[in-house]
Amino acid sequence: MLEIKNLHAEVDGNKILRGIDLVVRPGEIHAIMGPNGSGKSTLSYVLAGKDDYEITEGTITYNGVDWSEMSAHERAAAGMFLAFQYPIEIPGVATMTFLKTALNAQRKARGEDEISTPDFMKLVREKSKALNVTPEMLRRPLNVGFSGGEKKRAEILQMSLLEPTLCVLDETDSGLDIDALRVVSEGVNQLRSPDRSMIVITHYQRLLDHIVPDVVHVLSKGKIVKTGGKELALELEKNGYAEYVDEEAA
Amino acid sequence: MAAVQETIDQVKAIDVDQYKYGFVTDIESELAPKGLNEDIVAYISAKKDEPEWMLNWRLEAFRRWKTMEEPTWARVDYPKIDFEDLHYYAAPKKREGPKSLDEVDPEILDTYKKLGIPLSEQEILAGVAPENRVAVDAVFDSVSVATTFKEELAKAGVIFCPISEAIREHPELVQKYLGSVVPVSDNFYATLNSAVFSDGSFVYIPPGVRCPMELSTYFRINEPNTGQFERTLIIADKGSYVSYLEGCTAPQRDENQLHAAVVELVALEDAQIKYSTVQNWYPGDADGKGGIYNFVTKRGDCREKNSKISWTQVETGSAITWKYPSCILRGDNSQGEFYSIAISNGHQQIDSGTKMIHLGKNTSSRIISKGISAGVSQNTYRGQVSAHRKASNARNFTQCDSLLIGDKCGAHTVPYIESKNSTAVFEHEATTSKISDDQMFYCQARGLDDEEAVALIVNGFVRDVIQQLPMEFAVEAQKLISISLEGSVG
Repeated sequence: MLEIKNLHAEVDGNKILRGIDLVVRPGEIHAIMGPNGSGKSTLSYVLAGKDDYEITEGTITYNGVDWSEMSAHERAAAGMFLAFQYPIEIPGVATMTFLKTALNAQRKARGEDEISTPDFMKLVREKSKALNVTPEMLRRPLNVGFSGGEKKRAEILQMSLLEPTLCVLDETDSGLDIDALRVVSEGVNQLRSPDRSMIVITHYQRLLDHIVPDVVHVLSKGKIVKTGGKELALELEKNGYAEYVDEEAA
Repeated sequence: MAAVQETIDQVKAIDVDQYKYGFVTDIESELAPKGLNEDIVAYISAKKDEPEWMLNWRLEAFRRWKTMEEPTWARVDYPKIDFEDLHYYAAPKKREGPKSLDEVDPEILDTYKKLGIPLSEQEILAGVAPENRVAVDAVFDSVSVATTFKEELAKAGVIFCPISEAIREHPELVQKYLGSVVPVSDNFYATLNSAVFSDGSFVYIPPGVRCPMELSTYFRINEPNTGQFERTLIIADKGSYVSYLEGCTAPQRDENQLHAAVVELVALEDAQIKYSTVQNWYPGDADGKGGIYNFVTKRGDCREKNSKISWTQVETGSAITWKYPSCILRGDNSQGEFYSIAISNGHQQIDSGTKMIHLGKNTSSRIISKGISAGVSQNTYRGQVSAHRKASNARNFTQCDSLLIGDKCGAHTVPYIESKNSTAVFEHEATTSKISDDQMFYCQARGLDDEEAVALIVNGFVRDVIQQLPMEFAVEAQKLISISLEGSVG
């Protein structure tokens, strides 16, 4: 279970998160919506443990463990996964090689044996098929020259292979056309499970038609200003964020 | 940026314990007295039981060397070398040129075992498929201590032996080719080498023969205050092919050690030579103390038409590297290639590159250089591409990429391009980049720790070159790259 208490965070001295409280239980999907600059991506980086994103107050605990002193790779081994809004290019490193290196790094950190090459190949074949990731794409350097859709599918492939228990999807719908959105959403839905929590960060309701959340939060100026059921997203789609932004201003 | 700051902190804390070849073999050696004069040259020649023509050749080189000055154009900085304070010959005390492995000192066999180079043919045969076998010439300080698979190679007509043996037993080949690519008076270090070289490998592949296995020389400097001056000569006769590997390590010592080698390659009509190096001499400690001064002249001559010479190097060691494996494209339609990975960390200084000299018609060359700098190191690519006025349709493609880790190191690219023929087409591409914080974070978010992330990104950066290495070397090289960069990030 993820518990965020009174979380304040800043980047280069700019206060971005100003007291977030959030509890996500296993099996739940929470959507976080909000206007540009409300702190959505910052929240995802702080959760993943990016350098330069400093927690100034409050705590993040996951399954009872305080994450404030844990580095990004340790959090990954503990079950954290961030699907990037803008996946990073790693030139010269075949997607396949990257997947295997990541999987083995996590297994090693957890004290498990490395996966054998035949087992790995079998696993990748099985997982990539569902996401329409071709063997040709697996041979290409990770994210280099990938289309928007390919990048996001590669992210979800990593997620399904690494089997995290806490997934944060940062604007996974951005840059996707309708068909790609459907493929990616299906991939995510297949990963729904009673012991996996997800936080879906998005601007738009349309992603939530495919990945239906249990809870919707509105983030504005670094704080959660409203929490509701999935119908809240529809309401936002109709009325926009103005109400919440103004409320803050007033 | 935090990652960069940590990089710097880590580099400060860099530890040489990662150099796992730094042990010293405890063995009694026979040393020439320190210093260099005609008597020492004669001493070395006598030790090798050399014919008179060889001694005269050496003495001529020595006399020329005395008139020469150390080159200063390279971007490297080091205290003046006292050439009188060195031993120019060191050999394990025991009879020279053992006839079989039983006669090699067990301490030495053990040394090579520790380095992962088995010298017993039975041992090699036990675990390796025939097509993957490698014949090894092991050079320990100034002498060759063992050469494996000689008999099997002889069946194919291939000569693979210490150069000291070749001088005695194949004088006609040595006299014809020695110094024909790198002339005696070529440069300060090559001339010094010509005077005092003690051992190295000699390879001759007869016409039409494809060498049945990889050939390899493994160089080890053990004695302190000793220069190693090896000399390698490889001749690929018409229509032949050979792939040759070279590896080097040295113990961890506080003093600097000098290594000045000369390698000459000759490819005749339709012949092909592939020469791969993994250079891992001791790089010195965290404060830049100790390490090998590596001043090497390597040159290949595509002497006749349709010949091809390909250099691949992975340079991770040495305090100073001064090295430009080059190709003279003399024969029409000949091809030269240079693939290089040069990694500098700590206080290392590298000035390395290549020369592609296009003399014949329709000659082509390709240069792929990948430099990686970390710590407070300086890494320079220096390359020359030239077309003679008769070199019509000469082609060159050069790609020169530098990767910086941290902000205290330097990467420099110094290309010299010269064409005297209007039909020549030379292309030069160069990039300089850093490992970005975003790339690091992306890898970390997938579970890679800092060092795993850097190793992965760097291995991606050098992939084009790694692919040129023979299979078993490629795996070693990738591991070596990871080890060389240990402690370069936070």
